[in-house]
Amino acid sequence: MLVYIVRRLLAAVLLLLIVTAATFLIFFVLPRIGGATVDDLASRYVGKSGSAADIHAIAVKLGFTDPIWVQYGRFLAGLFVGADYSTGPTTVHCDAPCIGYSFINQNAVLPELLDRLPVTLSIAVGAAVLWLLGGVAVGVLSALRRGTVFDRAAMSIALAGVSLPIFFTGLLCLAVFSYALGITAPGGSFTPIEDNPLKWAYDLILPWITLAFLNAAGYARLTRAGMLDTMNEDYIRTARAKGLPERTVVVKHGLRSALTPILTIFGLDLGLLLGGAILTESTYSLPGIGKYAIDAIVSNDLPKVLGVVLIGSIFIILANLVVDLLYAVIDPRVRLS
Amino acid sequence: MRSSRKLVVGALGAVAALVLAACGGGNAAGGGTSSGGAPANGVSNPSDQTGGTLRYANSGDWDSLDPADTYYAYSWNFARLYGRSLVMFKAAPGADGATLVPDLAETLGVPSDNAKTWTYKLRKGVKFEDGTVVTSKDVKYAVERSLDKTTFPNGPTYFNDALDLQGYESPYKDTSPGKLGLKAVETPDDQTIVFHLKSSFSGFDYFAQLPATMPVPQAKDTGSKYKEHVVSTGPYMFQTNELGKQFTMVRNPNWDQATDPNRKPLPDQIQVALNVNADDIDNRLQSGDLDVSIEGTGVGPAAQGKILADPTLKAQTDSAVVARLWYAAINSDVAPLNNADCRKAIEFAADKTGYQRAYGGSTGGDVASNLLPPVIPGAEKFDTYASNGNTGDIDKAKQALTACGQPNGFKTSISYRAERPKEKAVAESLQQSLARAGIQTDLKPYPSGDYFKLYAGKPDFAKSNGLGVMITGWGADWPDGYGFLAQIVDSRVIRATGGNTNLSVKDPAVDQLIDKALQTTDTPTREKVWVDIDKKVMDDAYILPGIWAKGLLYRPKTLTNVFITDGFQMYDYLALGTTRK
Repeated sequence: MLVYIVRRLLAAVLLLLIVTAATFLIFFVLPRIGGATVDDLASRYVGKSGSAADIHAIAVKLGFTDPIWVQYGRFLAGLFVGADYSTGPTTVHCDAPCIGYSFINQNAVLPELLDRLPVTLSIAVGAAVLWLLGGVAVGVLSALRRGTVFDRAAMSIALAGVSLPIFFTGLLCLAVFSYALGITAPGGSFTPIEDNPLKWAYDLILPWITLAFLNAAGYARLTRAGMLDTMNEDYIRTARAKGLPERTVVVKHGLRSALTPILTIFGLDLGLLLGGAILTESTYSLPGIGKYAIDAIVSNDLPKVLGVVLIGSIFIILANLVVDLLYAVIDPRVRLS
Repeated sequence: MRSSRKLVVGALGAVAALVLAACGGGNAAGGGTSSGGAPANGVSNPSDQTGGTLRYANSGDWDSLDPADTYYAYSWNFARLYGRSLVMFKAAPGADGATLVPDLAETLGVPSDNAKTWTYKLRKGVKFEDGTVVTSKDVKYAVERSLDKTTFPNGPTYFNDALDLQGYESPYKDTSPGKLGLKAVETPDDQTIVFHLKSSFSGFDYFAQLPATMPVPQAKDTGSKYKEHVVSTGPYMFQTNELGKQFTMVRNPNWDQATDPNRKPLPDQIQVALNVNADDIDNRLQSGDLDVSIEGTGVGPAAQGKILADPTLKAQTDSAVVARLWYAAINSDVAPLNNADCRKAIEFAADKTGYQRAYGGSTGGDVASNLLPPVIPGAEKFDTYASNGNTGDIDKAKQALTACGQPNGFKTSISYRAERPKEKAVAESLQQSLARAGIQTDLKPYPSGDYFKLYAGKPDFAKSNGLGVMITGWGADWPDGYGFLAQIVDSRVIRATGGNTNLSVKDPAVDQLIDKALQTTDTPTREKVWVDIDKKVMDDAYILPGIWAKGLLYRPKTLTNVFITDGFQMYDYLALGTTRK
């Protein structure tokens, strides 16, 4: 098991290097291939009245005039030894691992991401719990009551959940529950859990429900399909023939088997979400990694984009690793080696 | 003649960046106002009640809170809460708000040497938030650092262009004592500051109102990090500042009302949330969970429909008439538009009601028949290409096409900013209306962020890609003829490297008229010259005017002392208060 984990982690490091190289390629090399000069790249970071000399000075300051391999090497070196950046009168040191220094904010990217991580983590974990419990429960019940009014209603709602985008349901929920009825927090509300757990939950209940509604729908449909397949298996009939209580048959034998694909999807979804719940955070104006990412893209702040890609990749890789490890727990047939 | 030409060219150089493109909502702009639900004196909910917390929200983020590094109208409006420039726009409703009054200085600037030298005497007793007395050297240092465009790339370049720099680049490279080596600015004593310009410029007080003249203590200057805690000289100082998220301001204990006749700060605290969903801002304004949308560009389309349909909500709005023109540049570099009659065919064929619909109908603006918005002093409204109901005159368009040797029409491209649905709607509307006369067009969207630097604003790109019609917009930094027209019609400001806002007007006759205006000291006569320039550009059909913009601003009932100032064409942030506790 330990060897397996170490091997996976080493592979993850290699994968992250490839991801950073690809991101570098996309943002720094492709525009050059498309005909953009270094000054064209730098002009994005100069105000409206910048002269050609100003633009070139910024290109030099941001290192765009160096060969691309030098720029990438500088980025890699920053990961291990940090990097220095001029603020004008002084120089600031971006501590290792320095995953970038914002062209716009003039700040190290990693502390900004870590500052926003609790928001994203709070949204992702809370919503994930809701959608996993809700989605799986509804899926199981629908499978067991196949063809009933409950099944049809649940699947219709699930379809609606998958179809409605968050920027619609989110704004609708805010308009109704926060501004018309005043029973939930307005957009932009976030209280750290360590400050006040109840207020934390109160502030996030709408984003959780909105996000969970979207994802639970898919989980309900997936669970229902899985359960329908599993409940027709021979070993389920055997379990019932042995006289096991129906609850044990459903939960221990049926659901456990149906959970394997759910877990795979859950790992990917959670990893993706931890890299930034872009739409949810934007709709509810929550300063998490997703909002940070979208703002970085809008302002062309490439070091920030690179930082978000890196952090998002780490979360997806870790989530997949955890899922793979959990397979062995859920399904005894799986052995890690 | 020679010296007069020199003066004009010098003045042009000095103010080469006098007005910069406010090519989108929220940029620095000048103009006029009109009120919707506001009373006759222009002030809604007048009050002297102090206390409470005023809550602002911004759908984006500041370019910078550093006075040297900011170039948004709302930012300049807001900066007066924490900084005092030499001169400022008066905190007053309507046209009075565009009046310059002394702020940190005792009087407006005193010109000498044929307006090449400007002297200001500072008020006594003005202090930084830490109690240190402000001197003229702090103002000089602030101006010096604003020259450093590698550290402060966002700010305007007025001082870079106007001052006789003699090679001076930045105080960060300055080895002089106190880093005050800039010879173009002198501080003979702690209360006096003298600016030496490269050439005469009678409007230097407009430069002196820039945030860049807000004093900065050299010992507290952290360069690009200074925006994290700007040292206040105004009535409020920063308490917290979480970049990209929010900041809070509280009363500055070292601000003294006795030194400041311009400000009457009402709230005890100011909170500003950043990067807030724009639709959520509109909802929160209506529910009373927010006081002001700081960008001052008006509510979005969704909220606008709801507000205008509800008389109660509508009563809480003001219509800000903005000195901004949304228009299409007709590119004479692209054949057959190098022929004036082909350009005129576009002027005649265009259905401007489509333009207006794209911007939300009459609430979004009035159909423009020429360039200068009516709120610019001296502006005249005329219509060179009049048509019934502004829907276009196809017969005259076909006559113009025949005159230009293209009786069956021609083909060209319309560019617009991809992320702007209104510009896309304008492009589609133009495509349909021009097709009625046989002018076929294909639509070419480009990214907003690079539209002027790499695409429409780069002459060789626009020409080689056949961009015959380029959708754009313009607002000036402050309301006057020069401020509005120079950067969009003077061919001498066009740079081959891109970043241009003059996309199409390259006419020596227009340039000569601009020179004439700069030499004309009599105000009514000068204003008439700006109108002549407007007429000349329209006669030669270099620009298709779309609409003169308006914005629908919403004010919650708890907001007090609300009025729109012509200085910034939005609510005056110095005056606002709240009844919320």
